[in-house]
Amino acid sequence: MKYDVNEKGYYGEFGGAWIPEMMYTNIDELRRDYLEIIKSEAFQKEFDQLLKDYVGRPSPLYFASRLSEHYGTKIFLKREDLNHTGSHKLNNTVGQILLAERLGKTRIIAETGAGQHGVATATVCALRGVKCVVYMGALDVSRQAPNVKKMKMLGAEVIPVHSGNKTLKDATNEAMRDWINNPEDTHYIIGSVVGPHPYPDMVARFQSVISREMRIQLLEKTGSEFPTRVLACVGGGSNAAGAFYHYLDEDLVELIGVEAAGKGVETKETAATLRVGTPGVLHASRTMLMQNEDGQITEPYSISAGLDYPGIGPLHSHLFTTGRAKYLASTDEEVLEAALLLTRKEGIIPALESAHALAALDKIQMKPDDVNVVNLSGSGNKDMETYLDYFGY
Amino acid sequence: MQNRINTLFETKKRDILSVYFTAGFPRLNDTAEIIQELEKNGVGLIEIGIPFSDPTADGPTIQRSSETALKNGMNVKLLFGQLKNIRETVKIPLIMMGYINPVLQFGVEDFCKKCHEVGIDGLILPDLPLEEFESHYKEIFQRNNLHNILLITPQTSEARIRQIDEASGGFIYMVSSAATTGAGKKVEDFHRDYFERIQQMNLKNPRLIGFGISDRATFANACHYASGAIIGSAFIKALQTGAMLKDSIQEFVKSIRDTE
Repeated sequence: MKYDVNEKGYYGEFGGAWIPEMMYTNIDELRRDYLEIIKSEAFQKEFDQLLKDYVGRPSPLYFASRLSEHYGTKIFLKREDLNHTGSHKLNNTVGQILLAERLGKTRIIAETGAGQHGVATATVCALRGVKCVVYMGALDVSRQAPNVKKMKMLGAEVIPVHSGNKTLKDATNEAMRDWINNPEDTHYIIGSVVGPHPYPDMVARFQSVISREMRIQLLEKTGSEFPTRVLACVGGGSNAAGAFYHYLDEDLVELIGVEAAGKGVETKETAATLRVGTPGVLHASRTMLMQNEDGQITEPYSISAGLDYPGIGPLHSHLFTTGRAKYLASTDEEVLEAALLLTRKEGIIPALESAHALAALDKIQMKPDDVNVVNLSGSGNKDMETYLDYFGY
Repeated sequence: MQNRINTLFETKKRDILSVYFTAGFPRLNDTAEIIQELEKNGVGLIEIGIPFSDPTADGPTIQRSSETALKNGMNVKLLFGQLKNIRETVKIPLIMMGYINPVLQFGVEDFCKKCHEVGIDGLILPDLPLEEFESHYKEIFQRNNLHNILLITPQTSEARIRQIDEASGGFIYMVSSAATTGAGKKVEDFHRDYFERIQQMNLKNPRLIGFGISDRATFANACHYASGAIIGSAFIKALQTGAMLKDSIQEFVKSIRDTE
């Protein structure tokens, strides 16, 4: 595949494994073994079985008729919100827990922003009886309280992180420190297509089930595996990577990632990394970053805790610079309105993250016969407080 | 031109005290004075930390000092300005330690040139992996008479240690445990095997032990297995007391080892 990671862990000029030596042994082990493990028949069988019976896959591809009518085009929603735990995150954590078992690891750590990845990690740890520690920015702990409670009930230890902006970036820093301090027994389940090689490729592979199913479902519903375009929100970029994966080499399929503009890409309160960022190294990956001219990482802002990250997966930096995918950005306000529109047209309350992709429907030209697939990456259950505050119910 | 790091290890085989501090901490313009006072008190080598917003390989003490330094307005350009005349007074080897991103944004070539100009002898960039260094930056370092100081940990395989030894020029930074800085576990408790194993490998480079060295006992123990040891977090804490820099530095060095 044209957009595959190369043997050094790069997508074009982006990626790599810029790790301190303290992480070398763990990363080297992963890099050497991950493909062999996840391609083995036994792994595939167990993974597919769990995706089916535990996650509840395949997730439906739903034709949103009233939303389609509203926009004068055809819109399908890939219902990742209907997965167990309410988002696409579980696809990855199921894959990684099986991998961790095969690597003989007995303790799992994770970072989380909105708490969806934290819940998905705590869930698979409960499922397999493994110790679980989740790092979460202190600000996110307070704005995503329901997910914190879920993680605790699932048996995970949730550690609030008070450094920096107290959000996803800081939680990731702390998880990396934990791994450096516990190199023997611990596996770090990164929640997105970020971090050192092989994480971006590994997570993209686990999430690629999204576009694998899309092709089958679209063929069934439209007579063609190929839509006109696929839209997905992008923070680190895991749901977008999964939704794009099996279309990357199909040049006729337009791929659109949607970043969080926050209060606007021209303001300082934004998380639209590709719009305002420049290349640099954060969390062991060379990618596009929000940073000042001295190379200090600047603090991102978004209403959605899951997109509040100053970097982006190296695959997306590559798709952006090569022009293979197009990246737009939706503001907080556009996102809230798009969430309400979907709710009223289809009776589906989307996650704030996913509503970024929905808001982009207003920004593109669509013809009546176009087939648009929006990856509805998560459910809005966790965001009710934000919605209620804004709409004043 | 002889590199000062090599001169140090050729003339002094043991009990070398290397001290790390974060530039811009406790106050923005303390850099030169801290270096001068450390030398006066017999420190063998100094690591000047470039603060970074996301120091993933550092513990809480160095994280906080970096945060303060950045708030004080420290940046790479300013640091080179502060070090402009440092070689008029200071003779011991100086190393810059930091994360790769600020160096990349400054430009690796320009950064190394500046280091050479002000009299820096080596760099420790924990998140610049050996492979990236060798394929992109090795020549630039050599041209500017800079050693790239590499780390090894208790988890590093023998083959990898040999590879790192081969690629190193100044010394090898032995991380006492696979831990972020300042974790404070007593080194002697569980690292004797590791220290002895490395000692028996007869590496061509001298070694300094760092991470978790905080007092007289941990320093002396580390010196038993290597040419010396590196102290970071404990020194940062000593600078926080609010006393005159001159006094707290003198007192700190005295608490670690007897003056020579």
